Amino acid sequence: MINMKIDSTKKHNRNDIIFIVALLLIATFGALYLFVFRDGGNTVKVTVDGKTYGVYSLNENITEDIHTGNGNLNRLVIRDGKAYMETATCPDGICVSHKPIFRDGESIVCLPNKVVVTVTTTDTDSPDVVI
Amino acid sequence: MNKSKSVAFFGVCTALAMILAYVEVLLPPIFPAVPGIKMGLPNIIIVFLLYRRGPIPAIAVSLLRVALVSMLFSNAMALLYSLSGAILSLLVMIILRKLNFLSTVGVSVAGGVAHNVGQILMAMLLLETSELFYYLVVLTVTGTIAGILIGLCGSLIIKRIPERLLKF
Repeated sequence: MINMKIDSTKKHNRNDIIFIVALLLIATFGALYLFVFRDGGNTVKVTVDGKTYGVYSLNENITEDIHTGNGNLNRLVIRDGKAYMETATCPDGICVSHKPIFRDGESIVCLPNKVVVTVTTTDTDSPDVVI
Repeated sequence: MNKSKSVAFFGVCTALAMILAYVEVLLPPIFPAVPGIKMGLPNIIIVFLLYRRGPIPAIAVSLLRVALVSMLFSNAMALLYSLSGAILSLLVMIILRKLNFLSTVGVSVAGGVAHNVGQILMAMLLLETSELFYYLVVLTVTGTIAGILIGLCGSLIIKRIPERLLKF
């Protein structure tokens, strides 16, 4: 009934290595894209449960309390061009221990409170009127 | 097949998978910069069952384990994430096992990475954001490493538990 043949032939092991190397290569390209080819962003967008909560500049030092309903709170701090979560009422505290973010597209996610903090780039340098 | 013995056997398997999931929570974080990385120790049991008892027991024990652990130690949201990861992981492992071109290590690596992908897809769906690729990259690497270790452990257990102990 059960196939007892254990698959550990040379062919299987070779396929394993090809498979693992392929996975790691994909991850490497992903990491290169994320960490090397991206510049720092200049704004921080906060969404709660998929809806935009607020947009803040990365260049100002602020402390923002994000109220997520049911008395839950995430305190977002922007300091020295980096954003991080100082405190949160979520049980796991994953967002609080996340390292500060500043690159375009980086994000801190608080799954229990459904808060997503993302660094974006907006063109604030562009002139309002071109004469 | 003796019914009560198989009930006891799969009960023990489920308990083992639950204990391994609990032990995993007690371990210190491997890589504190990216929280949420886990070894996937319960997958040793799932891989073992998949190879020695076929896909149905593996599915049953895995889903039971996820449901019980989530109910005992966390909340309904965590159940959703774990469940989506477990289901995708099981699917990928069963298909790869059937295709028979990877060894236990390869199947376990695919299962580990699929577990992460499943959870992140669920998070993207629930949070309606696509900005979680950052996690995916890191979790692919850690999932691969964990999968190799789990696969090696699993293949040892698969080879060494004699079939007479599994005869009911």
